[in-house]
Amino acid sequence: MRPVRFNIHPKQGEPNKSILMTEAPEGYSGQGFFTTKLSDVVGLARKNSLWPLPFATSCCGIEFMATMGAHYDLARFGAERVGFSPRQCDLLMVMGTIAKKMAPVVKQVYLQMAEPRWVLSVGACASSGGIFDTYSVLQGIDQIIPVDVYVPGCPPRPEAILDGFMKIQELVGKESIRRRNSPQYTALLESYGIQ
Amino acid sequence: MALTNEIIQQQLTEKFGEQVYNFESPFGLLTFQSSKEMNLKVLQFLYENENLQFTFLTDLCAVHYPDNKGQELAVVYLLHNLRENIRVRYKIFTDIQQPDIFTATKLFEAANWMERETYDFFGVNFIGHPNLKRVLNADEMDYFPLRKEYPLEDQTRIDKDDAMFGRGGSIF
Repeated sequence: MRPVRFNIHPKQGEPNKSILMTEAPEGYSGQGFFTTKLSDVVGLARKNSLWPLPFATSCCGIEFMATMGAHYDLARFGAERVGFSPRQCDLLMVMGTIAKKMAPVVKQVYLQMAEPRWVLSVGACASSGGIFDTYSVLQGIDQIIPVDVYVPGCPPRPEAILDGFMKIQELVGKESIRRRNSPQYTALLESYGIQ
Repeated sequence: MALTNEIIQQQLTEKFGEQVYNFESPFGLLTFQSSKEMNLKVLQFLYENENLQFTFLTDLCAVHYPDNKGQELAVVYLLHNLRENIRVRYKIFTDIQQPDIFTATKLFEAANWMERETYDFFGVNFIGHPNLKRVLNADEMDYFPLRKEYPLEDQTRIDKDDAMFGRGGSIF
């Protein structure tokens, strides 16, 4: 058996450069106190404790299982707790082909989630219908619910799902605390027929 | 004596004469045809004749031949004799303008679901079916998707360019 080597010249890790640490938000600190914007604190808390709701219908769901597993470990990003109750979750992860008959189910799951809620569309099928150019498949879940981040790939690798998740975290962390009450957001939901 | 394709053909010809025709055996599977009005008589004969005993409906489906004017839709029955382990294929053709076929649900319980599916995809109207409505597709669908006049692609999507799918050209 030939030994499998991936690097001819093994590289030393650079933990200080490659590990992303969460910084404290900008603010004013003194002896025994720290002041900052409420929205920054709320954003920080939200983005590092997202509860994902997996809606896995096909092979992208298998990739998601790998993402949740020990090797890729979505739990590192504060998403340890995968909820299977839409009422308690913040992030709807739609992974896989959504048939037109499944569309009302996805929409109902989305409606059952409490605000604030985010949607991650994983894979070509959820994002655009993928290779299924056919009468029975929904051509992208953005026809029925608003989507925050799309992850391309057929299926995407766990790294891609993690990247999509980090993009969601970025959105969550920077979101204005009043966004969900804004007329633009109401108009967006109304364009999907959601009150 | 084991049941063979020749015996089945002989029995059918004895009973129905010229009304059952186009006998052939592609890959050893006896295939024959009759007019669509005869379908229940032929199925019942195949079911009840003590030599034939085709008591199991393996499959029922339709095929659309758009160039076969006046006989566009074929309804195909696949029957199985479980005792002799032999199968036959029985076809009837109908005009797509009036796709009325007698239902086989009185003879085979299995035909109930399969006829609904055939109605769902091809719009074959099975007369006497107890519950002829869509089974696999969405209820609000207003066409029969496996008829060949309907393109495979979903026409509601306009931003999916054919060039990205290796088919060349553009959908515009």
